[in-house]
Amino acid sequence: MKLTGSQIFIESLKKEDVEYIFGIPGGAIIDLHDELYKQDEIQFILTRHEQAAVHMADGYARVTGKPGVALLTSGPGATNGITGIATAYMDSIPIIVFTGQVPTPLIGNDAFQEADIVGMTRSCTKYNFLVKDVKDLAYTIKKAFYIATTGRPGPVLIDFPKDIQVAKTDFSYPETIHLRGYNPTYHGNLKQIKKVAKAIASAKKPLLYVGGGTILSGAHKEVQKLAKKLKIPVFTTLMGIGAYPEDDDLSLGMAGMHGTFRANMAIQYCDLLISIGARFDDRITGKVSEFAPNAKVAHIDIDPTSISKNIHVDYPLVGDAKLVLKEMLSVLDEYNKIDWDEVRKPWLKQIDKWKNEHKLAYNTDEEKILPQYVIEKLYEITKDDDAVITTEVGQHQMWVAQFYTFKKPNRFLTSGGLGTMGYGFPAGIGAQFAHKNKPVYVFAGDGSFQMNEQELATLVAYDKPVKVIILNNGFLGMVRQWQDLFYGKRYAATNIEVQPSFVKLAESYGIKAKRITKKSEVEDALLEMKNYKGPYILDAVIVREENVYPMVPAGAPISNMLLT
Amino acid sequence: MKRIFSVTVENESGVLSRVANLFSARGYNIESLNVAPINETNLSRMTIVTEGDEAILEQIGKQLNKLIDTIKVTEYGDVPFVEREMALIKMHTDLGTRAEVLRIVDIFRGKIVDVSQDSYTIEMTGDSNKIDAILNLLEPLGIKELARTGKVAMIRENKK
Repeated sequence: MKLTGSQIFIESLKKEDVEYIFGIPGGAIIDLHDELYKQDEIQFILTRHEQAAVHMADGYARVTGKPGVALLTSGPGATNGITGIATAYMDSIPIIVFTGQVPTPLIGNDAFQEADIVGMTRSCTKYNFLVKDVKDLAYTIKKAFYIATTGRPGPVLIDFPKDIQVAKTDFSYPETIHLRGYNPTYHGNLKQIKKVAKAIASAKKPLLYVGGGTILSGAHKEVQKLAKKLKIPVFTTLMGIGAYPEDDDLSLGMAGMHGTFRANMAIQYCDLLISIGARFDDRITGKVSEFAPNAKVAHIDIDPTSISKNIHVDYPLVGDAKLVLKEMLSVLDEYNKIDWDEVRKPWLKQIDKWKNEHKLAYNTDEEKILPQYVIEKLYEITKDDDAVITTEVGQHQMWVAQFYTFKKPNRFLTSGGLGTMGYGFPAGIGAQFAHKNKPVYVFAGDGSFQMNEQELATLVAYDKPVKVIILNNGFLGMVRQWQDLFYGKRYAATNIEVQPSFVKLAESYGIKAKRITKKSEVEDALLEMKNYKGPYILDAVIVREENVYPMVPAGAPISNMLLT
Repeated sequence: MKRIFSVTVENESGVLSRVANLFSARGYNIESLNVAPINETNLSRMTIVTEGDEAILEQIGKQLNKLIDTIKVTEYGDVPFVEREMALIKMHTDLGTRAEVLRIVDIFRGKIVDVSQDSYTIEMTGDSNKIDAILNLLEPLGIKELARTGKVAMIRENKK
């Protein structure tokens, strides 16, 4: 029997076990929506903006490890999605974005709602396709899922013209796939693994540098085994948060521009830096030429282009973090006779000393609300709940990274690479679709929240109990902090005191909300929010000019920290 | 440092744009780029001449390899290789210069492929130095139009 392109689209997504599609309909995808309407295996989640739809697919993917799917109409629908796609691209998140396109005979004619979305997204997708023949459709969808989820994951876009949606052909979904130009290296070279193992075993001051790739590969257990076996201290990047339990003795927390004193100092004094699924981003390295000056560098990454891109790597190791570490752990059995506690004593003693210097802190006497306090309190009341925490971008994002104690991967969702304000709220909604019957909390700044606040409607429409805590300082706070520290307190265009009443805004959607202004109100408010069954917005008015510390000025060496 | 990359790619729409985009998005230079289908089905070969320090050239090689449409990347650095380029050169000619142009073309073993009353069109093949050299000599005699293909290259076979 012949199926239409729209039917093939649905049958193919079923084969890929897709539960949800996020998006907004439009003229160029009306046929697809008509088919979606006729079935109930895949649920379409109607959002209020395409950017938010893509972030929701992304949030779903980060929690489940399965690809998220978005469906956008042609032209403005597609272009609205680009920020979401670029966000997923920078953080290597597997999502599949389908965009409607004008009928093939009209492509290139500047037709109504036509945009060259394939051309526009070439540099922010792992790969993209324009389907020109319905016969290619099933295979293209298979390829898209395969490319998005294998190797270094990333977003894939399929541009789907309207006439292809109604054209008919025989349907069969390919079982396997082979792309001759695409063969990610999963297993590391054994000789090189042995070399790195030897370097690790003989290092006096080794340090593990754990990035988002560890989470994507599911290598957190192996990282923990390696650290514990050889007593190696660990720091994570922003994207790596959760890959190593932050309450463990060997954890140094996050390093970088707003990293902990101990992590940044450890980088500067270690003699072997072992990077796993991280890419030496400028927010981690600071001034590259003075980064880890005493260290040899080992770098495990599935993407060869990440290795030796920003800094010279002495021991490159291309492969999947989990598989490579598994092999490495068995190679390291050769060194079982060594008493690692004894060998590591001086280094861990030094680490301990740094741990007790310049701890993350804030003024606990303050009677107004300090953001760090809210975050610590939320951690206290949610630590046994397996909660997902998402953030927007800015000061509050860094405070959450510093003050919430993450112990599991896939529980901290944040836009690390692109730094997209407006990400956290929709990503939290997407996460809630995956994290069924478990709590999702969104930390937002008042600036970021206003970038996708229209999704309050989506929360109500699908009755999702997402809790949002707005740390409200009436500023675009991170930029204000830079202006404060480096631009003579000239607060150019960062005062955003003009804002809605977030309580009234929430209430206008029928969402429960509360505003607090005093420290003494925080705990009760958080508990009330936690125990409330539905969605909840907590507007916490915080000390306006609180800064994030430590801070390494952009371009300065990583040990050059402003501490207060 | 100059480097020639020869890249075997899927012969699909958008591939050239992906390669060009890689260079522009990362701020790499393309000095010349030549692309045409090769004898294997659905494959094309691109020859790209670029410039950069060792680290950049290493990155370019890796980035080209990373492209999903890329089947194979060959770098022409230390190994012996043959490179050729072709140029079509249209010369203004009159009674005073025709003989001289012919002589030069003859010395360089070029070919005249089109003639009119006041012009010659020359086909010239060789490595880039040779093409530059003939252009130097022809320049004062009046070049009307010039088209160069950019380099193509191949590794020399081991001679036993």
